[in-house]
Amino acid sequence: MSAHLAAPAPARGHRGRRAARSRRDAQAQGDRRLGYALVAPVIVLLLAVTAYPLFYNLWNSFHHVDLSEAGAPQSFVGVENYTRMFGSSVWVSALERTIAFTAVSIAIETLIALVLALMLNRPFRGRGFLRAAILIPWAVPTVVSATLWKTMFDPRAGFVDYLLGGLHLPGAHTTWLAGVWTSWAAIFVADAWKNVPFMAIILLAGLQVIPGEIYEAARIDGASAWQSFRRMTLPLLKPALAVALIFRTLQAFLVFDVIYIMTGGGPGVSTETLSFLNWQTFLVATDFGYGGAISVMLVLMSLAIAAVYVRLLRPETA
Amino acid sequence: MATIAIEHVTKVYPNGAEAVSDLDVEVADGEFLILVGPSGCGKTTALRMVAGLEHITEGTVRIGERVVNDLSPRERDVAMVFQNYALYPHMTVAQNIGFALSLQKVEKSEIDRRVKEAARVLGLTEHLRRKPAQLSGGQRQRVAMGRAIVREPAAFLMDEPLSNLDAKLRVQMRAEVSRIQRRLGVATLYVTHDQIEAMTMGDRVAVMRSGRLQQCDAPQTLYDHPANLFVAAFIGSPAMNLYQADVDPEGARLRLGEQAIELPAKLRGDSTIGPYRGKSLVVGVRPEDLTDAALAGQDDSHARLEGEVDLVEALGAEKLVHFRIDASRLQASDARLSTEEDLDLTEGEIGAQTTTAGVARVPPHSAIRAGEHAVFELSPARLHLFDPDSGRALAERD
Amino acid sequence: MSASAAEAGRVPASRAAERRRRRLPRGAALWREIGFYLLVLIAIAVSLFPFYWILRTSLATNAEIANGVESTGLLPSHLSFKAYVDDFTQQHFLKPLINSAIVALLATAITIVVSTIAGYALARMPIRGSGLILGFILIAGFFPVLAMVGPLFLLFKELGVLDSIYPLILAYLVYTLPIATWLLRNFFSQIPRDLEEAALVDGATRLQALRKVVVPVAVPGVFTAAILAFILAWNDFAFAVSFLETPPHFTAPLAIVNFGQSNFQVFYNRIDAAVVIITIPIALLVLFAQRRIVTGLTAGSFR
Repeated sequence: MSAHLAAPAPARGHRGRRAARSRRDAQAQGDRRLGYALVAPVIVLLLAVTAYPLFYNLWNSFHHVDLSEAGAPQSFVGVENYTRMFGSSVWVSALERTIAFTAVSIAIETLIALVLALMLNRPFRGRGFLRAAILIPWAVPTVVSATLWKTMFDPRAGFVDYLLGGLHLPGAHTTWLAGVWTSWAAIFVADAWKNVPFMAIILLAGLQVIPGEIYEAARIDGASAWQSFRRMTLPLLKPALAVALIFRTLQAFLVFDVIYIMTGGGPGVSTETLSFLNWQTFLVATDFGYGGAISVMLVLMSLAIAAVYVRLLRPETA
Repeated sequence: MATIAIEHVTKVYPNGAEAVSDLDVEVADGEFLILVGPSGCGKTTALRMVAGLEHITEGTVRIGERVVNDLSPRERDVAMVFQNYALYPHMTVAQNIGFALSLQKVEKSEIDRRVKEAARVLGLTEHLRRKPAQLSGGQRQRVAMGRAIVREPAAFLMDEPLSNLDAKLRVQMRAEVSRIQRRLGVATLYVTHDQIEAMTMGDRVAVMRSGRLQQCDAPQTLYDHPANLFVAAFIGSPAMNLYQADVDPEGARLRLGEQAIELPAKLRGDSTIGPYRGKSLVVGVRPEDLTDAALAGQDDSHARLEGEVDLVEALGAEKLVHFRIDASRLQASDARLSTEEDLDLTEGEIGAQTTTAGVARVPPHSAIRAGEHAVFELSPARLHLFDPDSGRALAERD
Repeated sequence: MSASAAEAGRVPASRAAERRRRRLPRGAALWREIGFYLLVLIAIAVSLFPFYWILRTSLATNAEIANGVESTGLLPSHLSFKAYVDDFTQQHFLKPLINSAIVALLATAITIVVSTIAGYALARMPIRGSGLILGFILIAGFFPVLAMVGPLFLLFKELGVLDSIYPLILAYLVYTLPIATWLLRNFFSQIPRDLEEAALVDGATRLQALRKVVVPVAVPGVFTAAILAFILAWNDFAFAVSFLETPPHFTAPLAIVNFGQSNFQVFYNRIDAAVVIITIPIALLVLFAQRRIVTGLTAGSFR
């Protein structure tokens, strides 16, 4: 420090400095306040459509709220709605169906999506076209996918029976939406057709961040194609796979539109899921107390699934 | 045209970390001052405080006569070149360069004239209508420079502006930036971690470490008379050889392991070696101060240093001889270097050596070979002595 | 990010093309190649053939449909646009289309304004608990839609706004806000801070830096968020079927579902004509903004 130009100490006194600092603090505080103000609308709007319904449901679930009994008082009923729900074979079988549908769809969809993603990850002529082709089913409304497959499965106007007949395969004269299993099959196809592309796109993005060199390195190390898929691709794909799985798991668990449109829960009640039951309790039975209890359970189960997701993907701002 | 005065400036982050401590430097009008130091030493923070991008916790920054502590960046009349250039991707080169002028509501024809002039100086004339994404790294760097010079500001601030260029381009731009700065004669504060840039470009160089100014001097002074161990080790490539040495009770000789070096008379005085008689200190030798004894004429005033050669690097104009001597290794704690990784030795520099190893810079026709025993000559007057505890240089020799 | 991914994909693509030109695959490699393209064809067929089928059905007369597919085969015997005319004359499909456009556009507009400022603040401003806020926004995106229906129904009934399209906009925000806010927040975090600081040093005020530098750079991100928000809002069925009661107030998806129910006879051609009509804008959007949608889906969901 021999030669630096020694400047005289600043003439400003401590008081001046402190005043400047408090001004700066105020400015920083102002910045922070502005930040909150900018985030507030999102929070308020989202609270209005989530927290408000949640607490309203919670309150309703401990009361008797039935709009069909005009003018009836909303009496406190304790946990009656919950005991009714847990004791109801309708609710229990809806839960079972929902879980079964979710498990089966997710398992099959993941496999198909993985194959699609691997195909799209390979450069070939027509790759862009294939990607656009699978994106359209994802982007159209569920009303379109459900109606479209309802047409496809129609015994007269549909293509499925026509194809099976043409190939002399069994099932050529099936009225698909009249049977329990065949209805589920049709619902599954319509649902998978619309949702597999989403999984495929997420998995593709996961594949694309895997550096190509590691495959070359693995090949030099003597790995076969299958081995490098097993030992390189799958482990490295895990984060994307987790995202795709949990997004889709929640969607499938809350399935409603496609069922309403294709089967209306029928034949009988054989395709009623939890969401469908919840809707029916609210808007057909107008029983908002019992519906509230179903909703609260639905929220809790979804949160449990979502919690896994958030755990896996903690936001990176620390 | 103005000076930049950084007066006892301290920066404490809200989390309590002190990035800059009591920094006191002044850039004279027209001067090119370089702030250099390893990453995380606070140099960029210091620059950003001058720019107004970072609040000043304590102290004063003046640009010209004005205290700018509480002025926003736009009121400070400074131009800045960013490490990643920060070119506006949606604007053409011409719009990028003219952006500041258009904010000042300068007349359109005038903006056009000045942008063209800046582009001509920087060789960007053909690229004025392109977008940054269409430019090469070197061209982007020029646009960033253009954005600064077109404004004719009171001061230039540059934050590692060359670090994203490849080695060859960097050498070329180094000269070009210096030339432009000299021609415009605007006070410039230039931050880098590259000591070669620091040595070649600056009128003066301020070395920082852990938020504190270590030394601020002309490059040659810094090299010849490092104020402490940190500066000694940081400036120079290959770095100065540093060894632990014992002083005999009379204060006449230094002992490095088995070898002894007679101290010249002027270092034997009470004021320099006095307190260290019978104790140890740190001795430093620049690689070029070690010469091949076989090539040197016998000079009794010269001392000798012997070692086992383990590698010879022929660089054409010279050879670098890597050797080992049995002098004891410098301990990180007493070296005041706070470890070697603190010394961000970058490409272009050769070897981050351990302190029992040494490097000598010898002429290309030297016959020293790897695996052999080598004898070097050195002039004891060229030795650098440091206090082992404080790291401070012992005395001005001369 | 998308550019680099595309670049990474493009380089091997050209290399592979070169290799292909040099030597044609033989033996096992040839069969693998054939198998691969067969899979591609199947994937394209499964994705697109159903669209052909509804197009075909929509262009058939009701009598033809009643006779069954066997009578005509894969191609329609002749083209009849009567179903499309009927949709607008008999089924009054224009009003639902307009309703859908209004709600989807309004929901998109609100989403963009709200999520842009929130995304910017979350990416750039010193907000304590921003991680918590982001977590909440994410979880809100997973909120079961059907659980919202009851309380919102009661609320809208109380306010006397049932059977109106405007309250739907509020409900649609649960689809659009989470993904848009996340996407834009990620987008803003990717814009280097240097850019804003350079503008400040260049003499811009904070507002000018935002207006002249940050916003123009953010346009692609905002555009992506808008496309996704529009698709999500346009596609809703659950809220519409819960809160709308009379056909003039229906949205297009709800109207289509009710085509079948308002008649004893199922007019597949009319239904499918309507399906074709509401698919067209979405298909165009996908074709023109494919890359953005893919970026948006992946950026909004993970990283």
